[in-house]
Amino acid sequence: MTAAAPVLAVNATMRRARRARRGVKTRIIAPLVVIGLIIVGAIAVPIAFAFDPLQADLLARLAPPGAVMSDGSTALLGTDQIGSDLFAQIMAGARVSLLVGVATLAISGLVGVALGLLAGHFGGWIDATLMRVADIQLAFPSILLAILIASVLGQGVGNIIIVLSISNWVVFARVARSQVLSLKNREYVEAARTLGAGNWHLMFRTLLPGCMAPVIVVATTQFAQVILTEASLSFLGVGVPLGTPSLGSTIFNGTQYLSTAWWISTLPGVVLVILMLAFGILGDALRDKYDPTLRSA
Amino acid sequence: MVGYLVRRLFLAVFVLWGVATVVFLIVRVVPADPALLIAGSDAPAEQLAQIRQDLGLDQSLLVQYGRFLGGAVTGDLGQSYSMKQPAVSLIGQVLPNTALLAVLACAVALLLAFPLGLIAALRANRAVDRVVTTGSLFTQALPNFWIGVVLLLVFSRTLKWLPSVGLDGPKSLILPTIVLALPFVSVLTRMIRNGLLEVMGESYIQTARAKGLPERIVIFRHAVRNAAIPVITIVGLQFGTLLGGAVVTESVFSFPGIGRLLVTSIQLRDYNVVQACVLVIAAVFVIINLVVDLMYGFLDPRVRLAK
Amino acid sequence: MTTTQTGPLNPSTSMSGAPLLSVQDLTVEFSTAAGVARALDGVSFEVSAGETLAILGESGSGKSTTAQAIMALLPKPAGAITGGKILYAGRDLAAEPASKVREVCGTEIAMIFQDPLSSLNPVFRVGAQVAEPFRRRRGMGRRDAWARALDLLKRVGIPDAETRINDYPHQFSGGQRQRIMIAMALALDPKVLIADEPTTALDVTVQKQVMNLLADLQAETGMAMVLISHDLGVVAEVAKRAAIMYAGRIVETGPIRDMYDHPAHPYTSGLLDSIPSQSSVGGRLKPIVGSPPNLLNLPSGCAFNPRCPFAIDRCRELAPTLRTPEGWSEGHQAACHLSEEMLAHV
Repeated sequence: MTAAAPVLAVNATMRRARRARRGVKTRIIAPLVVIGLIIVGAIAVPIAFAFDPLQADLLARLAPPGAVMSDGSTALLGTDQIGSDLFAQIMAGARVSLLVGVATLAISGLVGVALGLLAGHFGGWIDATLMRVADIQLAFPSILLAILIASVLGQGVGNIIIVLSISNWVVFARVARSQVLSLKNREYVEAARTLGAGNWHLMFRTLLPGCMAPVIVVATTQFAQVILTEASLSFLGVGVPLGTPSLGSTIFNGTQYLSTAWWISTLPGVVLVILMLAFGILGDALRDKYDPTLRSA
Repeated sequence: MVGYLVRRLFLAVFVLWGVATVVFLIVRVVPADPALLIAGSDAPAEQLAQIRQDLGLDQSLLVQYGRFLGGAVTGDLGQSYSMKQPAVSLIGQVLPNTALLAVLACAVALLLAFPLGLIAALRANRAVDRVVTTGSLFTQALPNFWIGVVLLLVFSRTLKWLPSVGLDGPKSLILPTIVLALPFVSVLTRMIRNGLLEVMGESYIQTARAKGLPERIVIFRHAVRNAAIPVITIVGLQFGTLLGGAVVTESVFSFPGIGRLLVTSIQLRDYNVVQACVLVIAAVFVIINLVVDLMYGFLDPRVRLAK
Repeated sequence: MTTTQTGPLNPSTSMSGAPLLSVQDLTVEFSTAAGVARALDGVSFEVSAGETLAILGESGSGKSTTAQAIMALLPKPAGAITGGKILYAGRDLAAEPASKVREVCGTEIAMIFQDPLSSLNPVFRVGAQVAEPFRRRRGMGRRDAWARALDLLKRVGIPDAETRINDYPHQFSGGQRQRIMIAMALALDPKVLIADEPTTALDVTVQKQVMNLLADLQAETGMAMVLISHDLGVVAEVAKRAAIMYAGRIVETGPIRDMYDHPAHPYTSGLLDSIPSQSSVGGRLKPIVGSPPNLLNLPSGCAFNPRCPFAIDRCRELAPTLRTPEGWSEGHQAACHLSEEMLAHV
């Protein structure tokens, strides 16, 4: 009895620790598979359905999920208020979400990381200016800034990408800067400097690779945030223009028909949730993998 | 402490000035002509000129900027073009509603997140922790406008338990509060969990245990007090997200708050009100962060007693 | 000794007789991402009242883990005791849950830590922290507990204690913080004090003062002390006996003078060669080549063999056990196959 109890406890704790480590791999692969499926669906489904968001078929409007249409086909997720197939519309919306997400992250990531590298590497007034600008921008709730800019710029997918890039670069700049500051005095950077590496070489060949892991982690979590903000803006009517299907605008359109056609508002949200969840879990798993300071057990 | 206070106040004023400038620039320097946006592109030229004069747009940018800043300092944020009222009084009518909603959501979030985060931290990597962290991840993935619509559908349209829109008695506050609090709960829970886990690894926790204190006192006296310091900062920062969430939530529930005023003003192209709303929300955010920073000083003697 | 003894100990013989704390064959393992590390492997030692035992070794040798294991402070869930006994007053602390062991902590066995700044809670006044044992363990009121705390702070030599009792840890110097830690540890008159690198984080001049304070307090109270250090110089004057640890095992143990004069393990002799001393003034210091082994991947046989200048095939195949080499005095043990051949007892 005396020795048995602690030994059992040890085995249990070690099993738990091992399981937690194994979990990281699953938590990376599973969301990637889900995201892959949605990407394929977003590309293929609207084409397969020959989806046209502006084409109205008033006879077929507000059909519930699984309803058989006049042409003998089945509307898997029902139809909306103008009679277009909801499944095709959701997938077309996911296409817009993914497009906006990728483009925004590319722009804000490039600009943010470059500015963060500059600020971290040179310090001085560049750093001070950049950080004050970041302070001011962070004093805005980011969706507020997006709403303000979007309302002035007007609707359009391109405008949304600009708006979201403006409100997202700060995150990347801050991450890159703080990473540079912590790498700056490492031996390998010192070594490169002593060997006569120029600023350009130091920033992009020596420091940048060291910044990639945290930047990728942040990019993953930000992807979910960008998709959410796009949907919110479109829901509020300052996002995509009329006629462009977006998950947010579809959900908004459905609110007029909540009592009669619940599916229009709820089902696009499910896809949005799945997307957000996949990127959220992926970001978390990547953080566990790459950022040991936040790793638990 | 006094030096710290002065420095902090100065920074807050600087940030407010920066916010005002950015708002001014965004609204004025964009290629679109506000007069055209207000009156429509087919409006007669005299009407456009009149609007420009009303808005002071015929002056140079610098004069406009001076007027704008001067007005902002004296509490004059211009006239609402659509409501024919000062923007400030429009905001004054709805701001208390938003404040009520935000405070309720904050309270609900803290009340839920503290026990959840605590349990997860104390049972780190066990089943309870896994349920809590997965749950918070899931909650965070719920778009607030969508969950608002779903709750409306279930509780007011289908079950008819709760009113669907507007502000009419305490019952109408329930759904907006839940929607606003949900993402906050999940962020806070994770913050509290991770903060506690970090603190529990500190040497002074070892000391407390080595003194033979029961784990209950080690946690609630020694760990929680230290873990609370960063969490309070996060609460302040997250308050901005909460205010942003209020814009969306109020729109879903047609709740008469500053967020809804902002969205309707955008639809009416009432730029003075838009500008005023954004400024006020940003100011509230800056002030709350100032208060949070001062609280931080109060909670952490290392900051409070620093010269 | 002012308080009554607990357990089977006889007070009259406690100064030299039965050990107060006895660790037998203690094994501790950690589960890490890379596998299971055996941080302690069959560690045994004992300490009697009034006596000081020094545990010496490099960082990672397991000396701090030993202290954590005794105080039930092993980081959970990664680390756990997987074998052996920790006997105190007739109880086996290794077999008891942490919550039971905690009742002994502070009152019977107390501990002070390496870094006094991070070991004091930054958000509480030092008075509150020193008074805490009285309030929480003895149920005293605030006023009485603070009065006792003030006595303690004076006793450990905090100048101007009446006003400084209201200050926060960051307002004290390193040496004073360690004095506060000592005051806190001694609050409830423990029988055993474990000091884990008590002077490592301090200035050299302050180190001496703190060690003297510990020695004085020990003489006053008759408590047993386990002094953990990596610095042979620091412990030499305070401790009578020492145990040298390497890679989770005790490789040599005995009276400290004996070990200094006639080391029986190449590691000990290497450690002695690598510290500056009066006899070696002007000479060259000889460092031990190589670095401490990875606990996840220990060399076969004797863990020291890759760094040992004398290692032969037997050392790589068979792990040596503690024994008294021929010619060395009783009570002096070493875990080396070659003590007699390589370290002539001069």
